[in-house]
Amino acid sequence: MGRTFHSSYAEEMALFQSDWARAWMAIFLALLLGVPALLGPYLLSVLNLAGVAVIGAIGLNLLIGTTGQISLGHVAFIACGGYTTAILAERFGLPFWLLIPASGCVAALIGLVVGVPSLRLEGFYLAMATLAAAFIIEYVYAHWESLTAGTTGMKVARPTLAGAPLESSLAFFYFQLPWVIGATLFAKNLTRTKVGRAWVAIRDRDISAETLGIDLTHYKLVAFIVSAFYGGVAGSLYVYYLKTVSPEHFTFALMIEYIAMLIVGGVGSILGSIFGAVFITLLPEALRLVTDLLRDDYPVLSFRFLYVKQGIYGLIIILFLLFKPDGCFGWWQDVKRYWQTWPYKHS
Amino acid sequence: MGEQTLLEAEDLHLHFGGVSALSGVGFTLAQGELHAMIGPNGAGKTSVLNVISGIYRPQAGRLRFAGRNLLDLKPYQVAQAGIARSFQNIELFQHMSVLDNLLVGRHRWIKAGVLACGLFLGRGRRQEIAHRRRAEEIIDFLEIEHIRHARVGNLPYGLQKRVELGRALALEPKLLLLDEPVAGMNVEETEDIARFILDIKEELGITILLVEHDMRLVMDISDRVTVLDFGKKIAAGTPQEVARNQAVIEAYLGEPHEAA
Repeated sequence: MGRTFHSSYAEEMALFQSDWARAWMAIFLALLLGVPALLGPYLLSVLNLAGVAVIGAIGLNLLIGTTGQISLGHVAFIACGGYTTAILAERFGLPFWLLIPASGCVAALIGLVVGVPSLRLEGFYLAMATLAAAFIIEYVYAHWESLTAGTTGMKVARPTLAGAPLESSLAFFYFQLPWVIGATLFAKNLTRTKVGRAWVAIRDRDISAETLGIDLTHYKLVAFIVSAFYGGVAGSLYVYYLKTVSPEHFTFALMIEYIAMLIVGGVGSILGSIFGAVFITLLPEALRLVTDLLRDDYPVLSFRFLYVKQGIYGLIIILFLLFKPDGCFGWWQDVKRYWQTWPYKHS
Repeated sequence: MGEQTLLEAEDLHLHFGGVSALSGVGFTLAQGELHAMIGPNGAGKTSVLNVISGIYRPQAGRLRFAGRNLLDLKPYQVAQAGIARSFQNIELFQHMSVLDNLLVGRHRWIKAGVLACGLFLGRGRRQEIAHRRRAEEIIDFLEIEHIRHARVGNLPYGLQKRVELGRALALEPKLLLLDEPVAGMNVEETEDIARFILDIKEELGITILLVEHDMRLVMDISDRVTVLDFGKKIAAGTPQEVARNQAVIEAYLGEPHEAA
């Protein structure tokens, strides 16, 4: 494969640079549309949860990876989105096309408030401040019984399209796919234009960024708002799919999973967020397969599956941090570079 | 002097706790001039640049830029008013390409918000493409075509300095603050940068405030020189006048001993 030459800046800035890239993308889309029809309901449910995780992880990566603002409050934003959908659907019977964006907006508003400490704090201290905010938010939805039904939780009806509710996992997959693709493209465009450059500038050298005319206050808060909006949309789709919402869906363990997605996938990369979200969602299923195989010899493994799962997450985070800090995205780049220069090595 | 004054500093006082960095420094920059600020280490040269950029806020003094009070402005507002700078230690965005570093410099000119950027349609897209072209003009000007897509962190020191100059130019400033642009460079690299600085002044008509230790460079290219020592202005004038000034010679070489 040769080098790509461009004859205009518009061409150089196109998302997919060559006919090859466009062809691969078309094949990938065809697979994404075709293969799920062949999968069983169990694998489909895993795939749907992976879709939710992709949106959530991209949102978190924009904040942590791109802007460099460490936040441990993301799951609280997801919860805000989930509860917004559940409450507004139950009380007012609003349709999904209103509720999904509305859930994003409510989460974004809360993200704006949670983001205020970022104007003063950095790194570890910001992580603690956002974590504290997350605990406050959790306390509210776990105890405001008249609104959220507390620990009992609420039931949520699946979204209806053309009068019919999307009851099957396959129908929900096709319903969710455009949201996932839209969220991915929007984030990709953000990171390669003015806003994304301002975010990376703040992450790499905030003093330089400021002396180049970037208003730190504005762009840090925008990062929190956009990130929380993604969380809210993910939360909305999450409860639509689960058909229920309760505080136990938004635990601190889920926050650790999201951090694991970023580290495994690649901090600061949109594609990496997708890799990480899919990897971490599929991992327990792969583990379950292994523990089931070993059940006869080591029954304790499947009995204590939950603990094994948490331990494996921890181990994977440590291994990636040690041996592949740029995550799966790093592997992707290695492979791409190899094929670009194959069969001749140059440059 | 019938020239227009671009920047006017009067009686700037800056101290950190008990340490006095600037005590009563004042100077003026005329429109279009190349003004050098020199002095021994610790004289307060970089402090002057940081005060102009809005990074330090002086305890007393006045600072006006094109008729506007600069001391009320935050650093990003100073940049938006048309003042760009380079840093003594390179402060580039290491993980970005050269091109993206320059495009960050275009920030104040690109009119697009989150929606326009995320959708990348219509106006948002046209803006990005138009400013991509402007960035290319700077790449041409500084002769860095061969590295435009390279990651800045991988470039040699001399080229990084040049990219930092380019990033400041991308802001299209009225005033450019250069903090030791040739520090650590060899003769050839220094001559290159000197040529670029003169081009910036003459072709682009940008006023320059240059802080530099390389005396040969300062004497060769500057129109006027201000000399600081221990936070005070000890001399000002043309390079020739300053070089003959007794106070300047003493600041650099020490006071003459009484003959024994």
